[in-house]
Amino acid sequence: MSERKRRWKIVLLHIILLPTVLFVFYFFTLAPRPWTGVDEAVVEKIAREHGREARKPLIDPGEGDLLLFVFLVAGVVGGFAAGYSWRMLVSEKKRGKE
Amino acid sequence: MKKILLVSTLFLFGASPAHAMHISEGILPFDWAALWFVVAAPFAALGVRRLNALSRDDLAVKPLVGLMAAVVFVISCMPIPVPTAGTCSHPCGTGIAAILVGPLVSVLIAAVALLIQALFLAHGGLSTLGANIVSMGVAGSFAGWFVFRSLRGVGAGLGVAGFSAGLLADWATYAATSAELASGIRGDAPFLPLFGKIVVAFIPTQLPLGILEGAMTAGMVVLLQRKRPDLLVKMRVIPAKEATAHV
Repeated sequence: MSERKRRWKIVLLHIILLPTVLFVFYFFTLAPRPWTGVDEAVVEKIAREHGREARKPLIDPGEGDLLLFVFLVAGVVGGFAAGYSWRMLVSEKKRGKE
Repeated sequence: MKKILLVSTLFLFGASPAHAMHISEGILPFDWAALWFVVAAPFAALGVRRLNALSRDDLAVKPLVGLMAAVVFVISCMPIPVPTAGTCSHPCGTGIAAILVGPLVSVLIAAVALLIQALFLAHGGLSTLGANIVSMGVAGSFAGWFVFRSLRGVGAGLGVAGFSAGLLADWATYAATSAELASGIRGDAPFLPLFGKIVVAFIPTQLPLGILEGAMTAGMVVLLQRKRPDLLVKMRVIPAKEATAHV
């Protein structure tokens, strides 16, 4: 496959995939379901039935946007580390071969 | 650089407060929490030893361990909505880590990821860290590794073995969580009915998520076989003749 065709294929793939992913997330956000985690729906619920309550974490990052921010930072750092390691594994090796 | 940004962007989709299998602070009584620390400690120590041995032999292993650490950390705090159940949960990533870097290093990776999550993200408790390491790290890693090796041993393809390993690593993690929870909170009640009740409660969410984790695991193993077959040979994931046949 020529380089030009390959690029077009990648662009087309992104045009289809990205809106699909966004729509799926949008749909889930609007869906009339609680979307609670299984820790709340299963673990904490059953523990409460047996007299065990979850305590606040020792280091409490708080609620709302602060927690969201912390998760966002974790996602960025984790994603960057994954991308960097992947590049070290694949691209650097390829360059080494050339 | 573009690839790094793309991966970062994809992971950002998962960056929101996660609520899933990790047992929260205070759920387990002190004696049970301590017991799980005692069970987890030797696995983590052996993981450190194995990682040192791997790094001594070959420095090229480090990026692979780094990749697996990042994948396990992000995947295990990424809440995925499951439409069949109306709840959210997360895959674990220990299946793929165990296949690629071995179960002991995978336990260590899970321990570090869980510690960071418990310290800074309120995702799982510090007192229940031992229990979470045993379920996600030990049970998930060894189940995934064992299934992968067994299936490869009887001639299964890389994709099939990877899929089964990811699937069963995920389910084993949640089965172990159920056992830890049932044994810790049951009081005088019998163990098995409570264990069964927790497992059944997990099924609507974890059944489809396990399949997703299986697909992710298979995809990653097959992708690495295409990109770096030599690395898979070095980590004894595939035999050398399979790598040369693929190139």
